[in-house]
Amino acid sequence: MMFEGTVFKFGRDVDTDVIIPARYLNTTEPNELAAHVMEDIDPGFVSRVKAGDIIAAEENFGSGSSREQAPVAIKAAGIACVVAVSFARIFYRNAINIGLPILVCPEAAREAESGDLLRVDLDRGKVINLTKQKEYQGDRFPGFMQEIVAAGGLMAMVKEKLAGDKSGPS
Amino acid sequence: MGMTITEKILARACGRDQVRAGEFINARLALALANDITAPLAIKEFEAAGATKVWDPERVVLVLDHFVPNKDIKSAEQAKLVRDFARRQGLANFYDVGRMGIEHVILPEKGLVVPGDVVIGADSHTCTYGALGAFATGVGSTDLAAGMATGEMWLRVPETIRFNLEGTPGRYVSGKDYILYIIGMIGVDGALYAAMEFAGAAVAKLSMDGRFTMCNMAIEAGAKSGIVAPDAVTEEYCRGRARRKPEILAGDADAVYARVIEIDVAAIEPQVARPHLPSNAAPASTLAGVSIDQVVIGSCTNGRIEDLRMAAEVMKGRRVSPRVRAIVIPGSQEVYRQAMHEGLIDIFIDAGAAVSTPTCGPCLGGHMGILAAGERAVSTTNRNFVGRMGHVDSEVYLAGPYVAAATAVTGTVAMPDNV
Repeated sequence: MMFEGTVFKFGRDVDTDVIIPARYLNTTEPNELAAHVMEDIDPGFVSRVKAGDIIAAEENFGSGSSREQAPVAIKAAGIACVVAVSFARIFYRNAINIGLPILVCPEAAREAESGDLLRVDLDRGKVINLTKQKEYQGDRFPGFMQEIVAAGGLMAMVKEKLAGDKSGPS
Repeated sequence: MGMTITEKILARACGRDQVRAGEFINARLALALANDITAPLAIKEFEAAGATKVWDPERVVLVLDHFVPNKDIKSAEQAKLVRDFARRQGLANFYDVGRMGIEHVILPEKGLVVPGDVVIGADSHTCTYGALGAFATGVGSTDLAAGMATGEMWLRVPETIRFNLEGTPGRYVSGKDYILYIIGMIGVDGALYAAMEFAGAAVAKLSMDGRFTMCNMAIEAGAKSGIVAPDAVTEEYCRGRARRKPEILAGDADAVYARVIEIDVAAIEPQVARPHLPSNAAPASTLAGVSIDQVVIGSCTNGRIEDLRMAAEVMKGRRVSPRVRAIVIPGSQEVYRQAMHEGLIDIFIDAGAAVSTPTCGPCLGGHMGILAAGERAVSTTNRNFVGRMGHVDSEVYLAGPYVAAATAVTGTVAMPDNV
């Protein structure tokens, strides 16, 4: 998977309460959630973000609540990929499970600035900052997670397993 | 080479003699939990995958606690979706208004979690159950959906950071002060992906309620889980409650820890975490005089009977400052009734505090105590992020029940001996 997009840059400890405040958690509709994504940290984000844009963030992106509505809202807003110095663990799992591409690439995430053009090669874990003309190597997913991504997400794997169980003992 | 208690629990759950930190395993679940915010998404995913029956209707627990009693039509629709699913699936453990409580208060209270369990919950504070010597971790709705369907979850065996708490605590120092102090020391990602194990003489002396408070906030340091090895206090708590046989495990003497941190609790003063991170901990005494508009006493962190006793001890015979709205929320019906029997509810009402049915409500800015722009709260909850309890320009200071109650009385951040 390859993405090219304009960077929205955030600092460290961006928590899921600012990604999607709880006052909007009375729905699970992706588009309703996307209308308020990042509202409490960058009120203009929703009006400026375009499909294919990329979020770059520093340490501990997605900390706090387990609300899966956070990666759902980011994805529905059109964000193609999130590159960070590090991710909070529940957010990391959730993003993989719902198919929001994410990459741990500390240097690329730290050096990127809002407005930079970034190219991300998820399979090879590579990031190129086209504005700064610099290339970075990030962490590829461990094999276990690549299987989930390749299967099309966690529930696709569960579906296969359930179908297998129904066809009788193996 | 020995194993930590967390490695032992996870080895049992994947049917092996030994696992090591860093390995990926498929663990069998003892319980899978969700609430009215996370279950709707999980149910959608569950049904979209073609699953028809949960793996075990005794072991899928659904609790309506965040936006209940329903705060608006949309929340009511979400609760209804969960309720209908619970009925369709014949879930033995579905908790609705009037019989519910805050999930992390009632699951231990009803004996649903026992030592040695592996529990996942679509709520980040699921790590609370580590206090019972279980492995418990928060997940998102899709992981929960997969867990409901299969009774299993993949996970990476975490490294353990061990905190040895020794010494004798000062007056008015509780489990909340220990954990705020620790998060202040290591930061909000200081235990990222790791298990936080709390041990030492000071932890041995803590009640179960104090241990629940400590493990509850492990997530605020980025941890996967918090844990206290079971002892006589744990076994006493389980007696007459546990619905399954507890597996009492202990770490080996030669277990490998990523870090061991020694803490002398005698040096810990009552703590307050300033806005906007739980790691912004400082001695409450250094914040004396900061004016406060609202005090919240409750939540999955501090909504148990011992927490209400601490608050009542300070509020007894006193009045809440006229400039403060004080809101007390018992964490469960059982806690509520016990508080009533002990006369604590009278103390709160006599003081001029509001007492409510159990709900997560104000903690996450849901309902029952939202802050306006420029307002400031002292709260016994777990997060003080930007906008957490309401307006983006409001502030939350986290504290234990003693400091929260003293603050309610004086109207400014206060120590209990200064009211």
